[in-house]
Amino acid sequence: MGDKHTLDARRLLCPMPVIRVQQKVSGLSPGDVLEVWCTDPGARNDIPAWCRINGHRLLGISESDGELTLTLEVGESTAPGSPYD
Amino acid sequence: MPISAVLKDVPTTATSGQAPPKAVALISGGLDSMLAARVMMEQGIHVEGLNFFTGFCVEGHTHAIRNKDRAVPKRNNALWVAEQLGIRLHFVDVVEEYKNIVINPRHGYGANLNPCLDCKSFMVGKAHQWMQEHGFDFVITGEVVGQRPMSQRKDTMPVVARESGAGDRLLRPLCAKRLPETLPEREGWVNREAMFDFHGRSRKPQMALAARFGFSDYAQPAGGCCFLTNREYTVKLKDLWQSRGARDYELDDIMLLKVGRHLRPRPHFKLIIAREDGENNFLSGYRRQFTHICVTSHGGPLTLVDGDVGEDDLLLAARLTARYSQGRDADVVQVEVTVRGGEPRLMSVTPFPADDIPKAWYI
Repeated sequence: MGDKHTLDARRLLCPMPVIRVQQKVSGLSPGDVLEVWCTDPGARNDIPAWCRINGHRLLGISESDGELTLTLEVGESTAPGSPYD
Repeated sequence: MPISAVLKDVPTTATSGQAPPKAVALISGGLDSMLAARVMMEQGIHVEGLNFFTGFCVEGHTHAIRNKDRAVPKRNNALWVAEQLGIRLHFVDVVEEYKNIVINPRHGYGANLNPCLDCKSFMVGKAHQWMQEHGFDFVITGEVVGQRPMSQRKDTMPVVARESGAGDRLLRPLCAKRLPETLPEREGWVNREAMFDFHGRSRKPQMALAARFGFSDYAQPAGGCCFLTNREYTVKLKDLWQSRGARDYELDDIMLLKVGRHLRPRPHFKLIIAREDGENNFLSGYRRQFTHICVTSHGGPLTLVDGDVGEDDLLLAARLTARYSQGRDADVVQVEVTVRGGEPRLMSVTPFPADDIPKAWYI
């Protein structure tokens, strides 16, 4: 497993949490783990969908007092233009 | 000709065994852009999607805020489309650049503050730029001739191609047969005969094509996706500009216009009054940026006060807040007032009578 990182996306509304995740992950390496904190209920679906689309692995989702914590592992590089599997 | 006949397998450069040409698709999350992308994929084109965030997107925001909408299943439609198609989707934050489009559109506005022609040219231009930066070959959209009154007319679609810089690298697969031949067609990357000639405002051809592809549960066509087309929203945006004496905004400004009751009791200040708990929760994230009022003796709204206010103004704001609380019929309601940067203090006020609120105060 790579390095662990966090991203505070609380108070941001769709699609800002996903945009922030996209921006953050672009600077991470495969195997790094990112923990994202959100309050937008849509993030529960959006961030996992983004992971599936872009080849990253969702490790878990938890919720406490209306705050979501999503943990994902950065996948191998899927640069724009690279062939789909 | 039936759609099934159009989608017959016809050889192109994309199917010749070479690396396929690459197209970047504007993906709004709506049906048309989904179909346009799929039509290209049927021809062997490698497609990736772009979705632009301007800050004025309708989708998701009100559902994410208001409690009554929280039971509604939420999804980001652009992500959903990308997953249905099996393509990558790249979000592009254009909030800052988009300001100039909203504030000073070269081609003016539609019925409200919607700068649709400038907007489409801007987004296609950004897609063209992305295309060049990432070694893609052309740009596609789900535009259909005659479908929208500003940007999708036969005379304005060439304007988009020209002013975006994309020129003949901009392809509209759903209506390509009604438009001049583009570079992807001339190069043999795509087959014109396997594209379509949709036109007008009817959604039936698109729905039939969606059924052919097995798509269902897509975002309903013709739904408004931009707050700038919404009259109530744009009245508030114009009020914001007028009160500040300048046509400018920050992202927080345009987000707050989507939430709450907006009242302007005096020219120099405005109240944003939450309408229910979800909005209370949302507005509470902004309370440190504003003078704010909450009700302590009864259930009630959080009110943000936008503007510089004196003591008389605060009393008025407190009484209006009380009017929208569960203490609206009480003789006295207690509120907590916190001037921006200061300490909270309690006030006891008489709720403002509902019938005495001038209609002109409502934005």
